[in-house]
Amino acid sequence: MRVTQGAFSFLPDLTDEQIARQVAYCLDKGWAVSVEFTDDIHPRNTYWEMWGQPMFDLRDPAGVMVEIRACRDANPNAYIRVNGFDSSRFWEAVRHSFIVQRPKYEPGFALERTKGKGRTTHYQIRPYATERPEGERYTNGKR
Amino acid sequence: MAADSNPTAITDAKKRYRAGVLKYAQMGYWDGNYVPKDTDLLAVFRVTPQEGVDPIEAAAAVAGESSTATWTVVWTDRLTACDAYRAKAYKVDPVPGTPGQYFCWIAYDLELFEEGSIANLTASIIGNVFSFKPLKACRLEDMRFPVAYVKTFRGPPTGIVVERERLDKFGRPLLGATVKPKLGLSGKNYGRVVYEALKGGLDFTKDDENINSQSFMHWRDRFLYGMEAVNRAMAATGEVKGHYLNITAGTMEEMYARAEFARDLGSVVIMVDLVIGWTAIQSISNWARQNDMILHMHRAGHGTYTRQKNHGVSFRVIAKWLRLAGVDHLHAGTAVGKLEGDPLTVQGYYNVCREAHNEVDLPRGLFFEQDWAGLRKVMPVASGGIHAGQMHQLLDLFGDDVVLQFGGGTIGHPMGIHAGATANRVALEAMVLARNEGRDIAKEGPEILRDAARWCRPLAAALETWGDVTFQYTSTDTSDFVPTAIAS
Repeated sequence: MRVTQGAFSFLPDLTDEQIARQVAYCLDKGWAVSVEFTDDIHPRNTYWEMWGQPMFDLRDPAGVMVEIRACRDANPNAYIRVNGFDSSRFWEAVRHSFIVQRPKYEPGFALERTKGKGRTTHYQIRPYATERPEGERYTNGKR
Repeated sequence: MAADSNPTAITDAKKRYRAGVLKYAQMGYWDGNYVPKDTDLLAVFRVTPQEGVDPIEAAAAVAGESSTATWTVVWTDRLTACDAYRAKAYKVDPVPGTPGQYFCWIAYDLELFEEGSIANLTASIIGNVFSFKPLKACRLEDMRFPVAYVKTFRGPPTGIVVERERLDKFGRPLLGATVKPKLGLSGKNYGRVVYEALKGGLDFTKDDENINSQSFMHWRDRFLYGMEAVNRAMAATGEVKGHYLNITAGTMEEMYARAEFARDLGSVVIMVDLVIGWTAIQSISNWARQNDMILHMHRAGHGTYTRQKNHGVSFRVIAKWLRLAGVDHLHAGTAVGKLEGDPLTVQGYYNVCREAHNEVDLPRGLFFEQDWAGLRKVMPVASGGIHAGQMHQLLDLFGDDVVLQFGGGTIGHPMGIHAGATANRVALEAMVLARNEGRDIAKEGPEILRDAARWCRPLAAALETWGDVTFQYTSTDTSDFVPTAIAS
């Protein structure tokens, strides 16, 4: 399966040139760009690991691309996303977010049903990959 | 002008309170020199006086009948600081290009209104002036609320910023679809539509306004099968998904019961219809706030009083009341779809929903500056007769913070519901990508869609089926301040 989080997951994976143009869009808006990675792709996993802090003072897309590549080198099997953060009043929130790397094989999610009162069912979603410890997922058994 | 038709207030108390009938202007409801206070509520009405009725007297009558006046002098006014309670008509302008109609500007003291009650506000402002015989027609065009009044309301329980964080969706409009046919599907069949549409790429599906608990599908069946579908789609995509479960019912007690069941099943969103009324809306908004629930408002019925330009209440006023009352989603028009809505006027509604501060913008129908005092933002919803071939127009008109709902445009897809959803999602993402890269989507949109359709067969089929469908009718509700305005 293909995890479709992020703004562009229904498009073919973005090239680095396309990624740089999206970064430039964020910087033009005055947003701070950040890079995050994870190997827990649960849709409610809000806190991906930060590849450093949001780059509040970096205004050059090329500099952001250096960080994206460094994050990929250090985490070749992880999901990596790029965020644009808007600190202006009444937003103070992420305004753009898209995936720039994903594992080659995405095993997907188990849906577990627990019977409740009457016909009520309670649902749990669990990424198959999280059966293994953090850092050992998506690695084909290699660490 | 005879003494008794002079439009200035009578200040001699003995004359003013002699039993009998006076003009409203003479009773003190017109003051052309009045300077509105920052703490006043302001309203502008479009008034069509009967033949022979002076526009200033008509304005004073509206001010009077929406505040303290009755048809005759009453001595009991003198037991009160009555001048403070009188609304003041302070300006009357002819409507540009429309003889016989006038914009009447009225100021109300803050003390006239109970805090935190849209029911009280509407009982005053639209309570009886619209049936008033000396007026042929009357329309409430816009209102300005002082910050002190705004702060007595809690506003949207979730708001755009927190909704996006909860859903983990940023940088693009959200996508939805209303399940069709509106009536007749069993719970099991209904859930099938939800599953296919969400798995195919939509973020939300939706109950329609009149799907409640009929014999063909009781509400619990709809909720149970709907949530099975939502959770299956979440597992299939790794995304947060939602279905607007319509909890509209005959009593508040029953609405709470349905809302609680939706919560217990893990739904992120519930829905109500505008026809439940202002008090019910404020109550369910409180419930949504206490239960971390997004509250979707379907504006069912609004067209009965918002559409005709000469009589009723403009939708921009309804949108303001709903932002105060506290809803998270509000259907606000598509401009390009099957339902009423001139593009600039519709953008005005969107600005009311989404901006922290509205500036005066007459071409978009905004007569007043409005400071929302930090009240959360409402996510507008564009729904009704839109399809993937219009994606560039929709993104260009409305930007990112909107739910685009393609009901027929998803479910009616020739390759099926799943493909219909995928076509819409691909069209959207391709268009956002192109816009962010600096391309002029208003001009290049059709080319951007055709390029994406080359590798996305469902999008190609959608464009073949609906690519040239448009709804070209003249709008009835347009601004009076642009050269293209039509007479009403």
